[in-house]
Amino acid sequence: MTDNIDRQAQAEAAASPTFHLAEDDHGHGTGSPTIFGFWVYLMSDALIFAALFATFGVLSTSYAGGPTPREIFELPLVALNTGILLVSSITYGFAMLAMEPGNVRRTQLWLLVTALLGAAFVGVELYEFGSLIAEGATPQRSAFLSAFFTLVGTHGLHVTIGIVWIGVMLVQLNQRGLHVENKRRLLCLSMFWHFLDVIWIGVFTFVYLLGTIR
Amino acid sequence: MSASDADLHSHGDTHGHGSRKSYLVGFLLSVVLTAIPFWLVMSGGLANPGWTAAVVIIFAIAQILVHTVCFLHVNTQAEGGWTLIAYVFTGVIVLITIVGSLWIMYHLNTNMMPGMPTGQVSTTP
Repeated sequence: MTDNIDRQAQAEAAASPTFHLAEDDHGHGTGSPTIFGFWVYLMSDALIFAALFATFGVLSTSYAGGPTPREIFELPLVALNTGILLVSSITYGFAMLAMEPGNVRRTQLWLLVTALLGAAFVGVELYEFGSLIAEGATPQRSAFLSAFFTLVGTHGLHVTIGIVWIGVMLVQLNQRGLHVENKRRLLCLSMFWHFLDVIWIGVFTFVYLLGTIR
Repeated sequence: MSASDADLHSHGDTHGHGSRKSYLVGFLLSVVLTAIPFWLVMSGGLANPGWTAAVVIIFAIAQILVHTVCFLHVNTQAEGGWTLIAYVFTGVIVLITIVGSLWIMYHLNTNMMPGMPTGQVSTTP
């Protein structure tokens, strides 16, 4: 008797199986696991920067008789660079908005503007590094300057890699257009670019502004 | 434009696809949140440098949150909320790393200077 009921229940279960679909976000074109995987990469990158920020924070007053932040930092230059990076964030946003309806030319145009702004940012930063080194404020001078060049240089390197990536995507868009894979790549690059702007908020606050107050 | 945005968003396909409005709002807020601390520091700051530092840090945290919401589009829906969980977790680790390092090293610096009257610090050359 109980056997019969069990068999009946099993048959019913087989007829209408209920699988537990935890995530039905997939299949929306851009709902690929790559997006979340890239996000996790960005979070681990944030940990690298956390270590560099902590190092800078600990060493930020170890001048070894060398120059202090107030003597060497030029805030107008930093403000200019901050503005450039901020504008490049919104131009990338415009590229993403042009991507949605599939407008290849406009996407490329905004990507190009973003890359040029990124290049201007790196250029200003290299100019700043160059003038610091010319003044004798080299990375070897003090622990403060070593930590400064490492932190700001690592951010600049990330921006440079972002520019190279934009260049690659411009070629990809020229050759293949806006197919699903390229949209996904542009989405990852968008997160990368905006993430770098977030890191820069930390840099201009903790390195430049707080350094000048100290 | 806004109508097509609404269509896209109604499909739950929100991750990474901000609307024009979210980008513009984020940009304007960022400009304000950047300009005020720069202006404050470049004009000499408040009477107490500690207060200036506190204001600058608060503006930085606010701007990071604005960028996270308006540009990175972190919300409870994207990727089933996992991006938000990863973000919060990373934020906690970042805070522990930075604040913890500063706290410990500050006390090491002040307590382990050679020539301190107390403690077992060796002052022999």
